[in-house]
Amino acid sequence: MTEVLLTRISEPEAWRIDRYKELGGYEALAKALKSMTPEEVAEEVKTSEIRGRGGAGFPTGVKWGFLPDVYPRYLVINADEGEPGTFKDRELIEFDPHQLVEGTIIAAYALKVNWSAIYIRGEMVLGAARLENAVRDAYGAGYLGKNILGTEFDLDIVVHRGAGAYICGEETALLSSLEGQRGEPRLKPPFPAVEGLYAKPTIVNNVETISAVPHIVNKGGAWYASLGTEKSRGTKIFSLSGHVNRPGNYEVELGTTFRSLIDDYGLGVRGGNKLKAVIPGGASSVWFVEEDLDTPLDFDAIAAAGSMLGSGAVIVMDETTCAVRAAARLVKFFSHESCGQCTPCREGCAWMYKILTRIEEGAGRSEDLDLLLSVGSGITPALKTEGRMAMSEVLPYTTICVLGPSAVTAMAAPLRLFREEFEEHIRLGACPKAAGTGITTQDRKASRG
Amino acid sequence: MSFSAENRRIADRIVAQYPQSESAVLPLLHLAQSQDGWLSPDGMREVAEILGLEPAQVFSVASFYTMYLREPAGKKIISVCNNISCMLQGSDELLERIEHRLGSKCGHSTSGGEVYLEEVECLAACGGAPCLQVDGEYFENVTIEAADSIVDSAMRGERPEGGKGLPSDFYSEPLGAPSIPEGLGANEGEGS
Ligand SMILES: Cc1cc2nc3c(=O)[nH]c(=O)nc-3n(C[C@H](O)[C@H](O)[C@H](O)COP(=O)(O)O)c2cc1C
Ligand code: FES
Repeated sequence: MTEVLLTRISEPEAWRIDRYKELGGYEALAKALKSMTPEEVAEEVKTSEIRGRGGAGFPTGVKWGFLPDVYPRYLVINADEGEPGTFKDRELIEFDPHQLVEGTIIAAYALKVNWSAIYIRGEMVLGAARLENAVRDAYGAGYLGKNILGTEFDLDIVVHRGAGAYICGEETALLSSLEGQRGEPRLKPPFPAVEGLYAKPTIVNNVETISAVPHIVNKGGAWYASLGTEKSRGTKIFSLSGHVNRPGNYEVELGTTFRSLIDDYGLGVRGGNKLKAVIPGGASSVWFVEEDLDTPLDFDAIAAAGSMLGSGAVIVMDETTCAVRAAARLVKFFSHESCGQCTPCREGCAWMYKILTRIEEGAGRSEDLDLLLSVGSGITPALKTEGRMAMSEVLPYTTICVLGPSAVTAMAAPLRLFREEFEEHIRLGACPKAAGTGITTQDRKASRG
Repeated sequence: MSFSAENRRIADRIVAQYPQSESAVLPLLHLAQSQDGWLSPDGMREVAEILGLEPAQVFSVASFYTMYLREPAGKKIISVCNNISCMLQGSDELLERIEHRLGSKCGHSTSGGEVYLEEVECLAACGGAPCLQVDGEYFENVTIEAADSIVDSAMRGERPEGGKGLPSDFYSEPLGAPSIPEGLGANEGEGS
């Protein structure tokens, strides 16, 4: 384990400003504001080659460089973490909120921003309180407000709570929501960097991305870039869940393999069971199987293997898992969270969910599998019907954002990987693994000892 | 409803935090809900009035977000995650058990109005699956036995034991209070 962002997480009460400062907090802020120009800070971030941790993996320094010379401009932190399987941002916020606040102040300085919002998921009640209080304490200490640390730099940070809508994690929907509207995504271009909040240039970055900024300033971009692989620099937090013996957030150097993450950190598949599949990068990613586990945790290597690193949510399923039930559950999520703007997504997701449910419940029809794929191709016309699915098949898409295409992946990746299992459900009129997940909560506790 | 004098003052401070006042719609709706326990039409109208918006616009926005309760709910709210990682760890069985013990179905309140039970999407606590929230407090690795005792406490109107903490355990300021302390804002007086 190479801990950078998670170093303080096990320290008692590291969320308090005095504790955070004892542990070296706000030193990067002083360094940036007192000894570096905004351009120099931005340059360090560029040198680090850090890629966005929110899902798309876009190089942060490059994105920052897209801001036109227009003011005011804004910085918005995406703390809406809702991708099933992802729980890193919540822990970063609950246990080390000042790291994010410090990163936000430094990033705002680099970007010449004087107003910033942290958009946090509404359900994260404790996290929001931690952040609100961290921000207030930062004002009290002179790290926010007018003339920060005696410099000319002014900044306000507002903690803004969402209210239960996964789609608001998508950056343009997030901005609509922050403007007080329904969280509906907008067509890109224009990208937020050019036309974002209140139609002004806006940088949207993930919590984990911004939490890395104080470390990059402290130790230098070159140091950060020395970690990880050539195209995927630094460390990344992976949220490991599902059928592993020790689920949790693990921060590792990029380039570590899935196998090592699952075996060395997660202590292997529960009960010594055989692995069935792994969802490698959040609910929207193409499933992996045993033979893919030597793939390194690296944006490009995972893409080359047909999936995506995404948000870093690694969900492990053992042999007792019913693929139909898992697929139905994922598609149900996307169907429920579709904002309803685009017909192919609104209708297509609901339809796919309905078909998957009837297969799972034993009422599937022989033509249902082809029907599923055909509904999917209404959202992603390049979707193939056979062989293992590749992430590239979801381009192009007929919707504004990629929520609909994500539902197609959640349906087609398992269907094409385990088609026989789907067919068996239809033939038997029941789940061959009758007990579904095959284990009750009590059994699980017992098996854990 | 209408905002108490104290909440009205907080509302004005919240509005002043944003470069444009419409941005305060969600926080003011949260404030109204926290005061009344649900979001009444009158509450939404008052938010519209404060922000100079049409009530219809505020109704439309509120209806987009699942956390706004547009009907009075049970006194306590149990929210069970039923997404993939929790499902893999038995959340379906957990939900069934809770429904059985409450004697009411998901999406409904118990007959005496004690508890409202809902199914929610991934709560970002998948490492502690299966998980649930009671009034926003996280409970992780919930066993059947733990679920029974959570339900029993909630039915008695008590806060169940074993949770991960609520803001009030740590802070005196209510959740949603303005982030910017009075008089310390950098952009004071510049809002629209
Ligand atoms: C449906 C959908 C949901 C998303 N949810 C999140 C989220 O919860 N958190 C996040 O940081 N990014 C999320 N994203 C990605 C954002 O649109 C955006 O790329 C990201 O916040 C940029 O930050 P980064 O460059 O630091 O990664 C989501 C994207 C889509 C399409
Ligand atoms: S799936 Fe239940 S918390 Fe993520």
